Amino acid sequence: MATDIAKRPADPNPLFDRVWRGLLLGLMTLFIVNVGLMIAAVVTSSFAKRWLGTWLPDGWTTQWYVEAWKEFQLGSVLMVTVEVVFAVVALALIIGVPAAYTLARRDFVGKRFLMLLFLLPLMVPPITYGIPLATVLYKVQLAGTIWGVILANLIPAAPFVILVMTPFIEQIDPNLESAARVFGAGTGRMFWHVLVPLLGPGILAASLLVLVRTIALFELTFLTAGPDSQTLVVALYYAVFAAGVRAPQSVDAMAMVYMMVTLTWLLIALRFVNPTQLVSRVKEHPQPA
Amino acid sequence: MSTSSAPLTRPAFDRALWLVMPATAFMLLLFVYPFLYGLALSFDPKEGDWLANYKFFFTTDNQWPTIWTTLKLALPATLINIGFALPIAYKMRVKSRYQRWVTTILVVPITLGTVLIAEGMLTYFGPKGWLSQFLQLLHLYDGPIRLTHNYWGVLISLVISGFPFAFLLILSYITGIDPVLARAASTLGAGPKAQFRHIYLPLLAPGLAMCFCLAFVQAYSVFPSAVLLGSPAGPTRVISIAAYEAAFEQYDYSLASAIAMIMGFVQLIIVAAVLSLRNVFYRGPVSGGKG
Repeated sequence: MATDIAKRPADPNPLFDRVWRGLLLGLMTLFIVNVGLMIAAVVTSSFAKRWLGTWLPDGWTTQWYVEAWKEFQLGSVLMVTVEVVFAVVALALIIGVPAAYTLARRDFVGKRFLMLLFLLPLMVPPITYGIPLATVLYKVQLAGTIWGVILANLIPAAPFVILVMTPFIEQIDPNLESAARVFGAGTGRMFWHVLVPLLGPGILAASLLVLVRTIALFELTFLTAGPDSQTLVVALYYAVFAAGVRAPQSVDAMAMVYMMVTLTWLLIALRFVNPTQLVSRVKEHPQPA
Repeated sequence: MSTSSAPLTRPAFDRALWLVMPATAFMLLLFVYPFLYGLALSFDPKEGDWLANYKFFFTTDNQWPTIWTTLKLALPATLINIGFALPIAYKMRVKSRYQRWVTTILVVPITLGTVLIAEGMLTYFGPKGWLSQFLQLLHLYDGPIRLTHNYWGVLISLVISGFPFAFLLILSYITGIDPVLARAASTLGAGPKAQFRHIYLPLLAPGLAMCFCLAFVQAYSVFPSAVLLGSPAGPTRVISIAAYEAAFEQYDYSLASAIAMIMGFVQLIIVAAVLSLRNVFYRGPVSGGKG
């Protein structure tokens, strides 16, 4: 009996296991290869002079990037995108982190209701509340301005910060807070000098994720933006949708600019945030001996 | 000052509650109020009685089938995404040399954006694209490939854009499960399959349900790819297109709100179904096993 337990249980069905592993690897490779080739196709097209039904285009050029920059006013679109995204991240952190703290630490009447209130915007399709929101924003004449876009994007961003930050805050030992209080720190000082430094990684993670999500969030910006407050993703959609006269290469060039912007931020995010740390506390998984 | 009207067993008003006020006020003002406004607006149609919008939606031939069109796209896409993401994330839970690289590569498609995916698919899967040239070169399949401007195009683009998100979320839930539990099970003689079935799966059920809901919302509100990659007049006329057309092409905000409300209602039914299904697998603290 004792030897039985000491031995690692042998796999009862090695063939099935091998097939399963092969299948998984195969699917993963298929996915990665096809997506990679798809991106490569867009890259090739964006540098192609003329590309019609051959393996590779006739010649190479960078003129599409120059054209896209001029034609779509990429400069100002990028500027608006940066303004919107950073405003959304900052505001989402300012209202989200304190709320996450209270939700992680305190128990109070109506807490379940509040949790529901913060979860619903993530559970309801953006178009569902986007259309009524756009109507309301048009009434108060905020729609079409950059502030309307920022407010609309905050609706999923703030709850997202709360969702990501709550487990981070739960990890922090409440004794540290008690210690700070014993030495006479009020809530504000305790927050600023104890919690914020400890929460650094969590705040960074949340803000980078909100940043990547906001750059990519299409529907809400689409519904609330005016001609001067389009972000990159909406401008890109209009470029394709209203195509026709434009060369597809020019759209491809713009799509590449979009991808480079998000990719840069995602890679920065992944340098600081282990993707496994998002929702929950991490315990190191040991290698199976 | 601590002798407020609250019963003695409950502490006096906690000042920490002020911290949650800005977020609550914001959500009430910008989420709940517009939502209620939209709900009221939907019962106040341009003409007809108070239910006219809903009657119109459910009796018009290019309106009510959009619900099924949307579900036919969103449910398979979500199931595929979760179905692939779960085993791959389960494999990636163990720290290894490849873990970081593979996760990074699998997550990169998040950055692509709908338009790039659409453009890429139109180029790559198109009639003269690399895929069809490659298949013809190998004489595997000579006919035309029809993977764009139809149902499959939208489904594929939903998988490409949704998979990384599902993978990331499930991975973080799985790594949150204490590996000691699985090792304890293995000490008692549980093989890998039994460990997965009896330890990981039940602990993962709440996370999976959450992940399903979030992934489903993404797929359910598909709009740009249904327009760019599908055939927005026919088989991929999803409900968000119907809502958008009502609002910004016919300027009938009342009807648009009604469609938006129906959309939200269907979504909430699915979420409720998934959350109750979760209880079949797992009964216990919702945050079980993740700290």
